[in-house]
Amino acid sequence: MIGFDFEYYRPATSNEAVKLYESLQAQGKRPVYYAGGTEIVTFARLNQIETGAVIDINSIRECRVYQFNTSELVIGATVTLTHLAETSAFPLLSVTGGRVADHTARNQITIGGNICGEINYKEALLPFLLAESNVIIAGNNGYQDKPIMEAFNKRLQLEPGECLVQILTDRKYLNLPYFSVKKRKIDVIDYPLLTLTALKIDNTIRVAFSGLCGYPFRSREIETILNNHELSREERIEQTVLHLPAPVLDDWIGSAEYRLFVLKNTLEDMYLALEGESL
Amino acid sequence: MTDQSHTRFSVALNVNGVKRKTEVRSADILLDVLRNNFGLTGAKPGCLNGDCGSCTVLVNGWPIKSCMMLAVAASNTNIVTVEGLKGSATQRAFIEKNAFQCGYCTPGFIMNIEGLSAIHPDADDSIIEEWLQSNICRCTSYEEIKAAVYKVLGKKPEAGR
Repeated sequence: MIGFDFEYYRPATSNEAVKLYESLQAQGKRPVYYAGGTEIVTFARLNQIETGAVIDINSIRECRVYQFNTSELVIGATVTLTHLAETSAFPLLSVTGGRVADHTARNQITIGGNICGEINYKEALLPFLLAESNVIIAGNNGYQDKPIMEAFNKRLQLEPGECLVQILTDRKYLNLPYFSVKKRKIDVIDYPLLTLTALKIDNTIRVAFSGLCGYPFRSREIETILNNHELSREERIEQTVLHLPAPVLDDWIGSAEYRLFVLKNTLEDMYLALEGESL
Repeated sequence: MTDQSHTRFSVALNVNGVKRKTEVRSADILLDVLRNNFGLTGAKPGCLNGDCGSCTVLVNGWPIKSCMMLAVAASNTNIVTVEGLKGSATQRAFIEKNAFQCGYCTPGFIMNIEGLSAIHPDADDSIIEEWLQSNICRCTSYEEIKAAVYKVLGKKPEAGR
């Protein structure tokens, strides 16, 4: 049972949602956007969020689309991870998003919720970082179209009241060779000890990580190292460890030392999968 | 859905093919409304944290953990609880295969398998395993539950499984 009351709204348009947010915020109600609801319900039950108003965005048409336009795959923010896993338009996304939580939970968890929520793993984000997708964000001044590599820095950089509406991914990235591995502590359902995704474009490998540091990331500096064929693979992997953008997580899932051990081995697996040779 | 104060609503939920009207708080979870407002106690409160699956119901044909969903967000959907099955093939298979011990998790498993058999009638073992990982049986009747799933889907265990 959730031990406090909040107001509930279900706007039909993103413009209405943004205006509602502004109005409720001005009334001091600290509104939150609601899509799948799993995180909000969990945190509310535990009194870990305080909100006076929930804005359900599930009736907003453009948030529900999953379709192609001329050159891009368009995914609405309220599309569920199960839907993404059951469709094969972007296999790297299907596989990576299809390992978040458990199957029934994924019937509710949305791509927007996974990217914008408080839980810091955000594994379904990684394919979009690799594909350099664009995000459509609704705000007070209408829609903004931003490269996700600019919009995401530790978290999706949203101003108060802004709402993720869609993610656009160029068709040319959808069916490239990929590698995607999720390492957990023990079980088949858990947060990641390490999730590593990679996409091979021509002869270059792009890599994105979750569970390694306090936020998911893709680092161009690391990719330069990983693609430097003047170094041996062993040297590239050692150099990668030295250029991580933040301290390695050291928690109940795994020590920092163990995570680095897993990282090195998983990078070897990545090379083997995408370049066909072992060290 | 009638808005009374933005924190309380008069909602009509379509449960097991019947429109049922009730008043809910915006903060009420679907599980509590099914049990407390409608007396449909088949969906069980277990962990109340989305982990155990004992509260699973079908929403628009998909298994959903009713402890993780606001009741007010379920208006305009079709909800099926275990009470709505009444002698289904899944229930008969659970009896035939003795796929329960204490029975507390059983409605959640049955609802998940109902969803599975409708959406993936030709599910292979990897799909069955993926779906069934969402439910926990503390009595560990997993082998019998698996046998019931095979019975419902009309398939034999794959080699090596």
